[in-house]
Amino acid sequence: MTIVAIVAGIMLGIGALCAVYRIVRGPSVLDRVIASDVLVATIMCALGAEMAFNRHTDNLPVLLVLALFGVLGSLSVARFLPKQDRA
Amino acid sequence: MTSRRARLASLINQLPLFLGLALLWMLLWGNFSWLNLVTGAVFAAVVSVVFYLPAVQLSGRVNPVRLVLYLSWLLFDIIRASIQVAFLALAPHYRASNAVLAIHMRTRSDLVLTWTAVSTSIVPGSIVIDTDRENSTLYLHVLNMKDREATERFRQSVLATERRIVLALGSREDVKALAGARRESKRQAGENG
Amino acid sequence: MSGLAGDIVTAVLVLAGSLMCLAAGVGLLRFPDVLSRLHAATKPQIFGLMAITADVAVNNFTLGTLTLVVAIVVFQALTAPMAAHLVARSAYDTQHLRADLLVTDELAPFRRQNRV
Repeated sequence: MTIVAIVAGIMLGIGALCAVYRIVRGPSVLDRVIASDVLVATIMCALGAEMAFNRHTDNLPVLLVLALFGVLGSLSVARFLPKQDRA
Repeated sequence: MTSRRARLASLINQLPLFLGLALLWMLLWGNFSWLNLVTGAVFAAVVSVVFYLPAVQLSGRVNPVRLVLYLSWLLFDIIRASIQVAFLALAPHYRASNAVLAIHMRTRSDLVLTWTAVSTSIVPGSIVIDTDRENSTLYLHVLNMKDREATERFRQSVLATERRIVLALGSREDVKALAGARRESKRQAGENG
Repeated sequence: MSGLAGDIVTAVLVLAGSLMCLAAGVGLLRFPDVLSRLHAATKPQIFGLMAITADVAVNNFTLGTLTLVVAIVVFQALTAPMAAHLVARSAYDTQHLRADLLVTDELAPFRRQNRV
């Protein structure tokens, strides 16, 4: 079980690092928004994995709130992005 | 008298949404008691009065078996497509080749259009860019479409999703329209073949 | 569920979920334009979360857990396409799309027609 936890942690960590790299580098605002969405999703998965390994359900409300409000960032950026902005 | 009946009809039309809100309230609290039901109903009433939205025209027809069938197909689709896209991302020598497709729905109902749009969007590999309500057309961006054949196959799969949704939730007219379109396309195929 | 069977279920589901997160990160790095990256992003949001929360629900099987898990998955499944659609549309409108990667573009004629 410890090995599984370590492997899952490494995979989640690499995924999160890739997302962070894309947020730092990402050529456009939209790239950064998508990458931050992926980062949030990865964090949600990590919280869930922690619950699964330690057999408790304390993080479920956190997941619910993230599922509800995690989209607001990308929603507002995509909504108010000016048409001529190519950066 | 008629206005009263119309108001009653619109109230009945609103009822599933109202019940859904009350159910959501109980879901959020995680327990199902009478007190929770009452407070949920009160909050649902407040929400539907304060944040008023134009009423969705529900079809008033639900086929539970078809609904379960559609949901399990959707789940299967999500799993299959997730593995496909993950494989694409991890495979070496990946060469991008995408497509923007216009897909004409066979039925003209906002409900079916919305359901189809949402269920094609949550399957990885396809995203709705734009919709055209008047012609009930979806504009999709699809990953990994190499040629004409692949786009046609994808088009057929979206139309199949639409068919499952109509059979599960659509109105009688939609089901009839669907059957007509099927017969038409079969006839054409027969003439060609 | 407890014991060995529960452990195996946990291992499989959590590994599947984290693999999806890994693939999303790698896809984010490797895919060439905004819209392709968007496809990579929807995976952990739906499938990864489904796998991992399903595992939590299986491990602690009570009505409260089950309803919360269903609520989480339903909300994620409803909100993620909305955000994806808005990002996709604004990416298309601001020409963040690499036209050389497309086989066909059937939206362009519609857009031209509406602009006139």
